[in-house]
Amino acid sequence: MLQVDVEKQLGEFSLSASFTSEGRVIGLFGASGAGKSSLVNMIAGLLRPDRGTIVIDGETVDDTTAGIHVPTWRRRIGYVFQDARLFPHLSVAQNLDYGRRMNRLAADPAQHKRIIDLLDIGALQGRRPGKLSGGERQRVALGRALLSRPRLLLLDEPLGALDEGRKLEILPYLVRLRDEANVPMVYVSHDVAELRQLATQIVMLKQGRVTSFGGVKVLA
Amino acid sequence: MLDISPAEWTAILLSLRVAVMATLVATPFGIALAWLLARKDFWGKPVLDALVHLPLVLPPVVTGYLLLLTFGRRGLVGSFLADHLGIVFAFRWTGAALACGLMSFPLLVRPIRLSIEAIDRRLEQAAETLGAAPWKVFFTVTLPLALPGVLAGMVLGFAKAIGEFGATITFVSNIPGETQTISSAIYSLIQTPDGDAAAGRLVIVSIVLALGALIAAEWFARRAIARLHGN
Repeated sequence: MLQVDVEKQLGEFSLSASFTSEGRVIGLFGASGAGKSSLVNMIAGLLRPDRGTIVIDGETVDDTTAGIHVPTWRRRIGYVFQDARLFPHLSVAQNLDYGRRMNRLAADPAQHKRIIDLLDIGALQGRRPGKLSGGERQRVALGRALLSRPRLLLLDEPLGALDEGRKLEILPYLVRLRDEANVPMVYVSHDVAELRQLATQIVMLKQGRVTSFGGVKVLA
Repeated sequence: MLDISPAEWTAILLSLRVAVMATLVATPFGIALAWLLARKDFWGKPVLDALVHLPLVLPPVVTGYLLLLTFGRRGLVGSFLADHLGIVFAFRWTGAALACGLMSFPLLVRPIRLSIEAIDRRLEQAAETLGAAPWKVFFTVTLPLALPGVLAGMVLGFAKAIGEFGATITFVSNIPGETQTISSAIYSLIQTPDGDAAAGRLVIVSIVLALGALIAAEWFARRAIARLHGN
C-alpha cells in the first residue's frame, strides 16, 4: 500500500498531490512538466517534501510534522530510471548483484534465476553496460532493481528513451513482471497506450495537481 | 651506457623512496580534499582551495622555511611529534618526504577533483535507491569511477615529488645518504669542479623519470574517459 500526501515548491512550480493506493500497478499519468518525476523522487526519498506524509507498506518514510525523513538507501524501494543508469565500471552480473550486496541479503539462487529468466538477461551477464543495446540496458536495470528485493518498484518512464520497436520488445516483460514478480509498482508515463496495458490504477497529474484518480477508465 | 656511480645510485634510490612515501601518504588526504572541493559547498571553501594551491605559487624556499619553523626540532608541531611519538622530520629523509608531499599536493589533488566532478551523480542516486549508504556509494561507485584520475594524480604528484628541490633543501638540507635527493645531488655536483659528467647522468635520469610520469598520467586520463563510457 502507498499513501502520499505532499506539497513541494520547486521554483515557480508548486506540486500538491494526495492519493492512497492498494493497486498492484499505480499509473502516474500526465504531460511532461506535470510533476510526475518530482512526485516519484519524493517517494524515493531523493527529494524532500515541504509538507506532508508518505507511507510505504505501513512504514512512514516521510512526515514533516514529526520530522521523519527516511533516507533513500533505507527505504527498500527499487527505482528504474528512464536512462537505465547501470554502473559502467561493473559487469552486468555485478550490476545485478549490487543491491543484494549493499543490503547484505543472503543469496537466493532460485529468485535470482527466476528474475534473470523472466527478463531474458542470462546471456548478457558477462558483458559491460557499454556494450548493451538500449532495450537490453533497460531490462538489466529492471533486474537490478528487482534483485534488491524492494517492497515497492518505481519506474520513471522506463521506455521513454527507446524507439517504438524497442518499446514493443520491453512491454511484454513489464506485463510479466506485473503478473509474476509480486512487487507493487508505481509506473510513470505520458503514454496512454502503455498505461492501459500495465496499470491497475491511475493517478492523473496536471500542473502539479491530482485531477483524477481511479481505474484505467479515467484515461479515456 | 650510463655509468652510474654508487653515490649517484644512493641519491636516485633516496629520491624514489622519498617520492613513494610522499605520494602514498598524501593520496588519502588528496582524495578527501578533492571530494570536498568537488562536492561540498561550505564557508571558507575558496580559502581552502587557495591553500591547497599555495605551494604551487609560493617560493619553495618560503614553504621550506615555514616547514622548518613548524616541523623543525623546536617547531610547535615538530617538538610535539618528537617528544610524544618519536617522529622526527628535521634533517631526515622523512622530512624530505613531508616537503615533497606538500609541494606536490596541488598536482595530486587536481586530476582527482576533475575526475570526481566528471562523474554522473545520477549513478550515485541509483546506488542509493539500491540500498547503498552514502559511504558505500563513495567506495563502490564514486571512487572506482574516479580511480583513473586518482592514479593520474598520484603519477603527477610522484613526478613532482621526485624533482622537488627548494623546499626540501631548505627544510632538511643536503646530507648524502639521508636527505640528498637527485635534485640536491645535481645542485652539489655542478658546484664541484669535476662534477659535470655525474650531474649530466642524473639530469638524464630526471628527464626519463619525468617523461615516463607524464606519459603514464596521460594514459590513465584516457582510461578514465573509457571507463565513464562503460567500455
